[in-house]
Amino acid sequence: MSISVQEEDFDVGAEIDALTAGRVDVGAVASFVGLVRDANEGSGVSAMTLEHYPGMTEQALADIVAEAEARWRLNAVRVIHRYGRLVPGDRIVFVAVAGAHRGEAFAACEFIMDYLKTRAPFWKREETPQGARWVDAREGDDAAAARWGTGGEGGR
Amino acid sequence: MNVKILFFASLREALGTASESYTLPAGGLTVGTLRAELALRGERWQALAPGRNVRAAVNQRMAGPEVELRPGDEVAFFPPVTGG
Repeated sequence: MSISVQEEDFDVGAEIDALTAGRVDVGAVASFVGLVRDANEGSGVSAMTLEHYPGMTEQALADIVAEAEARWRLNAVRVIHRYGRLVPGDRIVFVAVAGAHRGEAFAACEFIMDYLKTRAPFWKREETPQGARWVDAREGDDAAAARWGTGGEGGR
Repeated sequence: MNVKILFFASLREALGTASESYTLPAGGLTVGTLRAELALRGERWQALAPGRNVRAAVNQRMAGPEVELRPGDEVAFFPPVTGG
């Protein structure tokens, strides 16, 4: 697995290429890119700042990927999450999973995103015409993580 | 006999502090009792009161209220996460 928590943008094509470079056992790569939207909960969003918990962030992401690797047979996993100030259209997060078949690649990619949304210590603060506000966690995110079978809401 | 306490995001803003050093009492302390002690400090600290949606981590892993704290531990309190 390879995990990066960084301010800088990333190159989606280059990351996917790197995941499979020099190997011939990969039959499928599933990837997800999360972007900053220009609206949320009825307000325009001109920018957002992502705060995180250095140290714990990397550990939490490594734990999530390790759990995916225990559930599915995967060839390689790449996770990138940005922090700092981002504007609409900017990439926030990237998850790519390489496996022998598409089933495990799709499932593991979605699993990692669902767990990341409830377990990785990032917090979004949006800038809107009404002022800056912290984004509230969604109950739907807990539900999405819970459907994978273990507690997604905090890993107690 | 100290632990380091960290606060993040909206909780850090509500409390007006990002971190502090806290002396453990002789009898020890759990995450839940530490949170309850802090909530008693005054109005701003009500952000940690029971019923508020606050999560905790000990030594950078998610931790429930029952977890016992040891000298040198790093405890963090924060709102539910919203990354991704």
